Amino acid sequence: MLKHPAFHIDVGTCTGCKTCMIACKDKNDLADGVKWRRVSEYAGGGWVKRTDGTVTQDVFAYYISVSCNHCEDPICVSVCPTTAMHKDESGIVLVDTTKCIGCHYCEWACPYRAPQYNAAAGVMSKCNFCIDYQREGKPPACVAACPTRSLTFGEYDDLKKRFGESALMAPLPDPSITKPNLFVTPGRTAKPMGSGNGSISNPEEV
Amino acid sequence: MQNSQISQLNEVSRRTALKLCATLGGLAVLGSGSGILRAAAASPGAGSAAERIVTTSCHVNCGSRCVLRAHVANDIITRIETDDSGTDEYGMHQVRACLRGRSMRKRVYAPERLKYPMIRVGKRGEANFKRVSWDEALDAIAAKMKDIKQRFGSEAFYLNYCTGNLGGMVSKSWPPAQTPVARLMNCWGGYLNHYGTYSTAQISGTMPYVYGANLGNAISDIVNSKLVVMFGNNPASTRMSGGGIIHDLLVARGKSGVRLVVVDPTYTDTAAVADEWIPIRPGTDAAFCAAIAHVLIAEGMVDQKFLDTYCVGFDEAHMPAGIPANSSYQAYVLGQGPDGLVKTPAWASPICGIPVETIVRLARQIGQSKPCCISQGWGVQRHANGEDACRAIATLAALTGNVGIAGGNTGAREGAFTIPFTLFPTLTNPVKDSISVFMWTDAITRGTDMTALRDGVRGRDQLKAPIKFIWNYAGNALINQHSDINRTAEILRDDSKCEMIVVHENFMTPSARFADILLPGTINLEENDFTVSEAASEMAYAIFEQKVIEPLFESRDIYTVCADVAKRLGVGEQFTEGRTREQWLQYLLDQSRPGLPDLPATLEEAWKLGVLKVKNPGPPYVAFKTFRDDPVANPLATPSGKIEIFSKKLWDIGHSWELPAGERIPAVPEFTEEPEGYLSPLRSKFPLQLVTFHYKQRTHSTYGNVPWLKEVAPQELWINPIDADTRSIRHGDPVRVFNDRGTSVIAAKVTPRVMPGVVLLPEGAWYAPDGAGHDHAGSANMLTSQHPSPLTKGNPQHSSLVEVARA
Repeated sequence: MLKHPAFHIDVGTCTGCKTCMIACKDKNDLADGVKWRRVSEYAGGGWVKRTDGTVTQDVFAYYISVSCNHCEDPICVSVCPTTAMHKDESGIVLVDTTKCIGCHYCEWACPYRAPQYNAAAGVMSKCNFCIDYQREGKPPACVAACPTRSLTFGEYDDLKKRFGESALMAPLPDPSITKPNLFVTPGRTAKPMGSGNGSISNPEEV
Repeated sequence: MQNSQISQLNEVSRRTALKLCATLGGLAVLGSGSGILRAAAASPGAGSAAERIVTTSCHVNCGSRCVLRAHVANDIITRIETDDSGTDEYGMHQVRACLRGRSMRKRVYAPERLKYPMIRVGKRGEANFKRVSWDEALDAIAAKMKDIKQRFGSEAFYLNYCTGNLGGMVSKSWPPAQTPVARLMNCWGGYLNHYGTYSTAQISGTMPYVYGANLGNAISDIVNSKLVVMFGNNPASTRMSGGGIIHDLLVARGKSGVRLVVVDPTYTDTAAVADEWIPIRPGTDAAFCAAIAHVLIAEGMVDQKFLDTYCVGFDEAHMPAGIPANSSYQAYVLGQGPDGLVKTPAWASPICGIPVETIVRLARQIGQSKPCCISQGWGVQRHANGEDACRAIATLAALTGNVGIAGGNTGAREGAFTIPFTLFPTLTNPVKDSISVFMWTDAITRGTDMTALRDGVRGRDQLKAPIKFIWNYAGNALINQHSDINRTAEILRDDSKCEMIVVHENFMTPSARFADILLPGTINLEENDFTVSEAASEMAYAIFEQKVIEPLFESRDIYTVCADVAKRLGVGEQFTEGRTREQWLQYLLDQSRPGLPDLPATLEEAWKLGVLKVKNPGPPYVAFKTFRDDPVANPLATPSGKIEIFSKKLWDIGHSWELPAGERIPAVPEFTEEPEGYLSPLRSKFPLQLVTFHYKQRTHSTYGNVPWLKEVAPQELWINPIDADTRSIRHGDPVRVFNDRGTSVIAAKVTPRVMPGVVLLPEGAWYAPDGAGHDHAGSANMLTSQHPSPLTKGNPQHSSLVEVARA
């Protein structure tokens, strides 16, 4: 079991295949509509139709896969009225389902929309970093699934050494809000955080 | 922490109960009084204690075969994992399944599973069936087969194109000649063949005229390239396996950082990780290539020495005898041929929609980057003029001398490292008559009128019989994946034409609805079988798939079904040779072992091993390398032994075949206009070019009923904001996509990722008609045409004009 686990995503090689989403749904048997991991498509740029019958464009699109980032400053924990949402000794943010009253505060507060409601159980649910797999020495389901090897995990300090400071890129929120344990390597077309150049173009999928 | 663990245990028992209910056909209801639920809930953890992990695979028609590790408890699949073996070092890397394979248990336990044999009641296509016993169903099939054979002969039997289970060795649905159904028919007089595929009809039928074969370098070989230009090639969508081409591409590019340019009407998922995207209007690639060739010629960048040594037909000095002057490709490009048009970038630019400066810049990059990998996917050729487009791209590779060398390519799709494996023997078909895979609906309606020169009939000048009996095992091309669904449905509804359709299938698919006899088939997780890798560059592998669960309901595998029909036809012993399915698997292992000494000795050892991986011992595959090294000693399988930029064979075909007005088969890769293309007058009525694409939700139509996949990748019509604005369409709006052939209703995805004037529908959504015959699933073949391409008589799926309006 890692002391301080964190995720890394290489946006430059992620093709948006969403295998991480399905591996997560299968492993955790998630209900319809519940997505502990989400792949956002961020796209933008424009087209010009020229009078000579040709077109020019500066279109871009890239994908970013995000689950719970098990933040250092988890706003979901601080807004939870029952202390159900808590951080364990490894820093993994978990829901104590015996305490959770399903009030959704965590869901509304989280800038990554990580906590999601389990309607059948009447409680909130979220990524637990596959803590059971990690205890067996196995990687989380989403990481083990990634066909392009764009999604990895490891000790926070090791990832920081390998990948440096995380990119501040759109459409991710300002990391100072929650201090996520997430490292992001941008691709060629990455836009800066808060960029108005593009938008999440698959809201129906995340 | 303890609470989390408890929560996890509860989750396991709930899941087990849900699976049991699903197994019972989705009919059992979770709730009070359910003995099954109580039994599972009473002993939480009992299921997990008994859990075992079985190696199996997903081997549908995506070009890849992926490892699945199924967790099973109490004969119920509880979880699907993938290859996690070893260190994942490239060359012996993990064969990680894509999202579809990972959703497999939702497919196995889908409520659409067919449960027992059924016979049609009422009209064909209405999907009214009555349950019968297996004996009743098989007796009815055998009786009708005898009747039709007596009246029409063996030539009236057709094995429809079916690719739902193409990766298995025994339960194989494609190619038709390698299936148990073919073995059955070959024991009993044979069947009408087909040639070509819906995937590759034009390119696989055309490249042999150029190179004598349809081959390309391994994608891993781009590690040796200075530039990679991909025309309509999108491995991020078409080769998604983590053991296959997209992984090979990303690893090679990660090593060399080679510049990757994607030419495509769409900003594809491959373009998303490329260096440059050049949007091009669909169906105009040959014009684009001619303009690039013009720049290469004008600026002295053609490899003249290569052309003189290895090619015929580039210039007038290297032409076959007896051909009029100015018939070479150079004469075509320079405007010296019959059309008199100089194919400058300024000529091509308004056709392709690409600015002159972009054409000139790419031409110079190609001409100055040695070696350069020029490749194409199969979208370019799936057009009414696709035969000329795919040859034009190959010609660029020849003009620049990139054929037969490391880092170069032929202009075709990538090759792969494979291992030899003996196929299930299907004997020989005594019938030699063959039709294009795309012409079977015509062979139903006007079979005996179809000729070699007019309709591409092979093996006979004119068909002897119309199609009267169709076997459709594990396929959805009976309705969904064939063009022009409305026309197909009309032809099939008339059961005086094709008199019997047997469908052997897992689900109530759109095709299954048109069955006369509908047989429930096992899914591959309910069968013992093997599968062998296909589209993977540097590592080949075999997956030994042990049966994970017993077959659900009354489903049976195709070997058993064919053996039981064979018995009824009096050829049972010939069919089985006294072997069970498992004995045939052992036979295949034994037959394959001389070529693959590491193969396990017994099935038990095979199941234990799970996967056998073999690393390519040599460098990445280079197509036609021996020809390049010594063209005299190793000529190509073309008439001249060289690369034929001008094909005398095509010249003769173009001057002898009977073609509809306006169609041509040129001897050099000219830009020919499509009946429904950008330059077509029909665009005044239907202004948008519809292109279909391979979508992550499905492999063609397989997995099209899995809710998880629909949730993360819903079916949508992709439309550019400019085209959406003029039609007052917003993202998410339901829209009608229509032309004279049909109407489909689906939500709009307004995105800059598709060029103006083009709309995209992912192919394969399950046709869902309303009472008025309008589809409500976004099924692309509501809109496509059954008019075949001139040379290969292939399917023009990307040559459809449509209009779109808010629904």
